[in-house]
Amino acid sequence: MKFLLRRVGFYLFTAWAAITLNFFIPRMLPGDPVQSLINKYQGRLSTDAINSLRVLFGLNTHTSLWQDYLSYWGNLFHGDFGISFTYFPTPVADVIAQSLPWTLMLVGISTIVGFVLGTLAGVGLGWRRGTWMDGLLPVANFFSAIPYFWLGLIAIAIFGVAIPLFPASGGYDGGLEPSFSWDFIGSALYHAALPALTIVISSVAGWILSMRNMMVTVSSEDYVTVAQAKGLPERRVMFGYAARNAVLPSISGFALSLGFIVGGTLVTEMVFSYPGIGYVLFQAIGSKDYPLMQGVFLIITLSVLVANMAADFVYAFLDPRTRQEG
Amino acid sequence: MSIQADPVAVDPAVVAPSEVQLTRRGRRARLGIFRNTKALVGVVILSFFIVVAIIGPWIAPYDPSKVTPESMLPPSAAHWLGTTGTGQDILSQLIVGTQGVMVVGLVAGILATIISVIVGVISGFIGGTGDEVLSLISNIFLVIPALPLIIIIAGLLPSAGGMTIALVIALTGWAWGARVLRAQTLSLRKRDFVEAARANGEPLWRIVFFEIMPNLTAIIASGFIGTVIFAILSEVTLAFIGVTSISTWNWGTVLFWAQSSQALVQGAWWWFVPAGLCIAAVGTSLTLINFGIDEFVNPRLRNTAASAGILRKKKIRARIGFTPVYRGEKKEGVA
Repeated sequence: MKFLLRRVGFYLFTAWAAITLNFFIPRMLPGDPVQSLINKYQGRLSTDAINSLRVLFGLNTHTSLWQDYLSYWGNLFHGDFGISFTYFPTPVADVIAQSLPWTLMLVGISTIVGFVLGTLAGVGLGWRRGTWMDGLLPVANFFSAIPYFWLGLIAIAIFGVAIPLFPASGGYDGGLEPSFSWDFIGSALYHAALPALTIVISSVAGWILSMRNMMVTVSSEDYVTVAQAKGLPERRVMFGYAARNAVLPSISGFALSLGFIVGGTLVTEMVFSYPGIGYVLFQAIGSKDYPLMQGVFLIITLSVLVANMAADFVYAFLDPRTRQEG
Repeated sequence: MSIQADPVAVDPAVVAPSEVQLTRRGRRARLGIFRNTKALVGVVILSFFIVVAIIGPWIAPYDPSKVTPESMLPPSAAHWLGTTGTGQDILSQLIVGTQGVMVVGLVAGILATIISVIVGVISGFIGGTGDEVLSLISNIFLVIPALPLIIIIAGLLPSAGGMTIALVIALTGWAWGARVLRAQTLSLRKRDFVEAARANGEPLWRIVFFEIMPNLTAIIASGFIGTVIFAILSEVTLAFIGVTSISTWNWGTVLFWAQSSQALVQGAWWWFVPAGLCIAAVGTSLTLINFGIDEFVNPRLRNTAASAGILRKKKIRARIGFTPVYRGEKKEGVA
């Protein structure tokens, strides 16, 4: 229990650090970004939007930094992230609320599928090392070095354009209204196939490699030899003894690299114009929509923290040693 | 850590075949990781790109930004990798762009490694509250998703050139190395040779630089390479989504133009395939070098690689960590 409490404390602290970082970044940058934005939008920004920008960049001189910081927190607790100009006059919170479910479904499911598949394959490869299967390693190596977005481009070129099996962009059929009907869900799944495949393929290789190396290291441990000597069935030794221990570093590695993976998958969304957070971020960058960028960063960070916490719980469940210490 | 130990001595998997082979192994062992085939392949591929990065501006056949009427040409003798929608030569863009990718990767890698060594070694060495604080900071940087953070900072900066990006990447990407270094320093700190140095009255800086650091070389190197991979991928991604300046060429910029000019729909594969292959090739070469270092540091991985071939020749299937039993006529067996 103590382990989990400490982790929760750490994540709360990290969340605070991320939120504070998010507050200070626009303030630390040089120049007057608000004026350049007002010029860029040539009068299309409302007074409200300009005021909220001044608050965002800390340019409203009548308040102190500390007061700004407090009101920033107050706004956060009311779910107020400011107003987006790309989707003017929709509040940032609404834009994010609309796109977040798409990302959670696509990125969440395909990342987990990639991890599970890669780990299973890694167990197999590590167990049967020294056979022809070692020949797969350079291939996995190559795939793990490919950027997500490029694989997405290739997937679109092959399965979206050359052989039009799957739709190349969007999250659902344009003629449908988002609802819980079979038509809509079917269309959403159909549109998600290609981006999901891209994410799975580009993430699976990394897990194969790390799991394989852990299996090789673990399978020369004494307890594996003992299990084998006891005459336990090979499958039992492989999963119950070797893989059971080899998967632990893989899970903590998964938790730690989540931030990196999420970054990659967001770019995949941009390539596929998938209506998730990544695509929203892409549009925010394009139009220099700072409130939206900041809101998206905050939501991504918080989601990654929650996912990390979940991975920690799984770790604590799998590794009794962490539970014993408290 | 017996990293510096003679690999032949710690390599029990080697069957002593003949005197000649042994001496050859001994000589190659002095070259460290280069005796490892994986690492060697990685070094060769990487050197190729480094050479291109250095001489790129002179060997590029055309001016990469020059707009010509020969648009959307597929690969031909005149344009080996075809032309873009505005008639620019893609091969030249890739060659000239190599420099940007490599320089940013290198600068970010060096900066991040310096930060991670300072934070990691200090944190592992001093222990106590200082350690708690430093590891807390590095854990925070590890957990916060780096790419969105880089995107925000780069997006807010008025002009994001190569060096700015390298700086931002270094500031967000040092945490992993620091974590690994801290763990290793922690385990070295109480070793006998460090205690002996302390008992001898060696000053702190000498213990850190001459007793601890040499034993961290392999880990620092692998951390550096990991950061370079991260930096290159981040930089290319940033260029691809259009955060950084699109006036300087790098592989991401090529992909940015390919994407925004609908190269995919027009079937102009020569526009976006080569750039991605370059990224993947550099990434692969760096991971291969890292594997070489890994196998160098972790003898179990190395033994597997080394003994697999020997075992295969003797038709023994390598199973788990077991010492394979050789049921042949000779009794020498495989250690």
